[in-house]
Amino acid sequence: MSNLKMPEVDQTALARRQEVAADLRRIVPGEGVIDEAEEMRAYESDGLTAYKQVPLLVVLPETVEQVSAVLKYASDNGIKVVPRGAGTSLSGGALPLADGILLGLGKFNKVLEIDYDNRCAVVQPGVTNLAITQAVQHEGFYYAPDPSSQIACTIGGNIAENSGGVHCLKYGLTTNNVLGLEVVLITGEVVRIGGKHLDSEGYDLMGLMVGSEGLLGVVTEVTVRILKAPETARAVLVGFPSSEDAGQCVADVISSGIIAGGMEMMDKPAIHAAEEFVQAGYPLDVEALLIVELDGPEAEVDHLIERVSQIAEKNNSVSMRVSNSEAERASFWAGRKAAFPAVGRISPDYYCMDGTIPRHQLPKVLGRMNELSQQYGLRVANVFHAGDGNLHPLILYDANVPGELEKAEDFGSDILTLCVEVGGVLTGEHGVGVEKRDLMPTMFTETDLNHQQRVKCAFDPEGLLNPGKVFPELHRCAELGRMHIHRGQVPFPDIPRF
Amino acid sequence: MSSTLKPEDAAQLHDAVQWAVAEEKPLDVVGLGTKRAIGRPSQHEFTMDLSALTGVTLYEPEELVLSARAATPRAEVEQLLRDKNQEFAFEPPDLSGLLGASGPGTLGGMVASNLAGPRRIKAGAVRDHFLGFSGVSGRGETFKSGGRVVKNVTGYDLPKIIAGSWGTLAVLSDITLKVLPAAETEGSFAVEGLSDEMAVAAMSRAFQSSCEVSGAAHLPEGLLGAAATVFRIEGIGPSVEYRLEKLAALLNDLGASEKMDPEASRDLWRSIRDVSFFANGSDRPVWRLSVPPMDGAKVAAAVAAKCEARWFFDWAGGLIWCEVPEADNASEQIVRAAVAQTSGHATLIRAPQAIRAAVDVFHPPEPGLALIAQNVKTAFDPNGILNPGRMYASA
Repeated sequence: MSNLKMPEVDQTALARRQEVAADLRRIVPGEGVIDEAEEMRAYESDGLTAYKQVPLLVVLPETVEQVSAVLKYASDNGIKVVPRGAGTSLSGGALPLADGILLGLGKFNKVLEIDYDNRCAVVQPGVTNLAITQAVQHEGFYYAPDPSSQIACTIGGNIAENSGGVHCLKYGLTTNNVLGLEVVLITGEVVRIGGKHLDSEGYDLMGLMVGSEGLLGVVTEVTVRILKAPETARAVLVGFPSSEDAGQCVADVISSGIIAGGMEMMDKPAIHAAEEFVQAGYPLDVEALLIVELDGPEAEVDHLIERVSQIAEKNNSVSMRVSNSEAERASFWAGRKAAFPAVGRISPDYYCMDGTIPRHQLPKVLGRMNELSQQYGLRVANVFHAGDGNLHPLILYDANVPGELEKAEDFGSDILTLCVEVGGVLTGEHGVGVEKRDLMPTMFTETDLNHQQRVKCAFDPEGLLNPGKVFPELHRCAELGRMHIHRGQVPFPDIPRF
Repeated sequence: MSSTLKPEDAAQLHDAVQWAVAEEKPLDVVGLGTKRAIGRPSQHEFTMDLSALTGVTLYEPEELVLSARAATPRAEVEQLLRDKNQEFAFEPPDLSGLLGASGPGTLGGMVASNLAGPRRIKAGAVRDHFLGFSGVSGRGETFKSGGRVVKNVTGYDLPKIIAGSWGTLAVLSDITLKVLPAAETEGSFAVEGLSDEMAVAAMSRAFQSSCEVSGAAHLPEGLLGAAATVFRIEGIGPSVEYRLEKLAALLNDLGASEKMDPEASRDLWRSIRDVSFFANGSDRPVWRLSVPPMDGAKVAAAVAAKCEARWFFDWAGGLIWCEVPEADNASEQIVRAAVAQTSGHATLIRAPQAIRAAVDVFHPPEPGLALIAQNVKTAFDPNGILNPGRMYASA
């Protein structure tokens, strides 16, 4: 593990471990409290496996009352808490703390209500993303955001990370598809935000909760919008001689007024890895491959497929296939969906990055990435949510070679810094967590970050919920709240007045 | 008599807010002032007039992004978008007719109010398209959040809390929004004679189809004549035709439907968006209720049982615009009691100033959330100098 500075370990909490375990067992009886080191090892990391830490204790509550009592206990005793869903975070958002309770919400796995009339579903946070769709698909409905990990990741984790997927440009991220939340605050108080109606009353606290990476509260119930599935979907698979051509094709499709259901790009190394893995029938002699999926009524989809094909031809496409069956459409996606494990086959380890860039900067970013690849002596493969500019470079390395992990991390930092330089951001959908925490100053000033941290203080003034994540430097709330008033010393501004 | 500060750029805005913080001078933050009649009358000594902060600074249609100074007039931006066949997908209303104001106002006002039109139900509200901003908080500090890309989870999503905060947390200088292609064409049809309850059920059925309805409203009997339940479909020509027919067939058990041409469709939806039915030059209180769509009819009936109200439904029943008789309390108790049957909320959009000072304009949050909301206000504006009292008496 690279040198990641985490909040100072509270020795008192460590010393009180047995006592805390006993207290928590009174709240969550039976096997709900785990304190055996061996058993806790299952929770020592999330999807960002380079970082590991065995927690103080693991608690697996089953009821909202238990969550509330655990948080109140933690709050009263000044003990840190790290919430966890399925642990699929790629940014270390659920990385445990040595002196913190790991609060696992896996037992909150019930679909509570499906309300087709109001087009929403009420579920517990431990329900997986895919399970929501599975619960409503017999009626032709689905839940739109579809992160690649949807088979395993939970809706609670999706809320924490504001997860996306391949259909975001048309259907939005998690934040655009959540209607209501039940949240337990660090004090143990249970509050409800939103419901089955649209728009919040007063300040949009739900908007703050989504994407807050477990730092503001613990979600115990979620109301999501469900949508009727489109009548049909077809995809076009287009090969290009350069990423510039592919990028221009994407820009032209959007400029012509078409918002595709999905628009994905892969570069040559990713195409080859995917093809070797799943034999999707991808062309191997192209530099960039684009999958464009159109969905809607058949008449519309057929019309748009025709237009997209024409735009692709104008942009020098060298190969094109249009799906003529569901099986064929699925085969186009098979390679893209298997891109990560496919890359995993050609390299002992890979490190998945997640920047977003203005789309027109893609050629520049890919060019620079090639230079960096040579400089670091590490290969890189790219998959790209081309519609919304979200880039996933996969850096190939071997953790058994001393120094390669550090090199991969440095390479990754350089890529993300580059994303910010060209007008983009550090993370499009994986979150900041611990992984990108120390890069936050490349995008934000200290004043920007302090304004964010004061929001944290509004919810959790003692900083007990998931500390050490998102923010590079932890400030005490009292210090952040201080105002230096210079009454009578600030000159009246020299600006027009009347 | 309050004096006015009129900064000409972001640096002057910063200085002006810093001065106001130091001197503890509460500010009334104004763009073109078209929404000043919404909210509680704020207690201020100085007006912060942002109307000089104008101009589009970035518009890249192929990237679906537009940035502009906060007080850029909406009319100017919307024309620019139209020229490229694009639009704000959330269909922001122009409430000037309802409020007796001079026009649709500025981008800043659009963001600060987070008001969205009929397409809200399909495309989201302003908050769903507000990508980033720069501005000055009530601490007198310039800060930014978000970015210019659609997909961004870097740090807290502060644009969400700024949207709909009515200028009480920060004064914006620069705004970045997502824009989208405008539909090539649209078509609507109306089913006549439905009761509110039947209409709400019909609109729910429409949204449970794959017709991708982009507007569903119900105008009860007496508003325009016979009761009309209206459905809108947008997209490319052949698709619109196909879906209109499919939807009409789906609802044909409700009686004959009348198809509108695109122009009539646009006019009607503009009236619904802008609440033109109540733009009658009067001062009668108008409430905006957001409720679960299926509860719409029930809530409206509860209000109607207690006072002489007029109302109509948008968002498939989820949005109720309700005009109540002139009364000192704007029938607040009646409206709030009706909404209390649901998880929803009610906001008083039009009322004489004295009434807006006396009743809760915004829905009072439950105690747990009220505390967090107060903490958020304090985090951004510890001394309460930005639009104090506009949303809540205590904030």
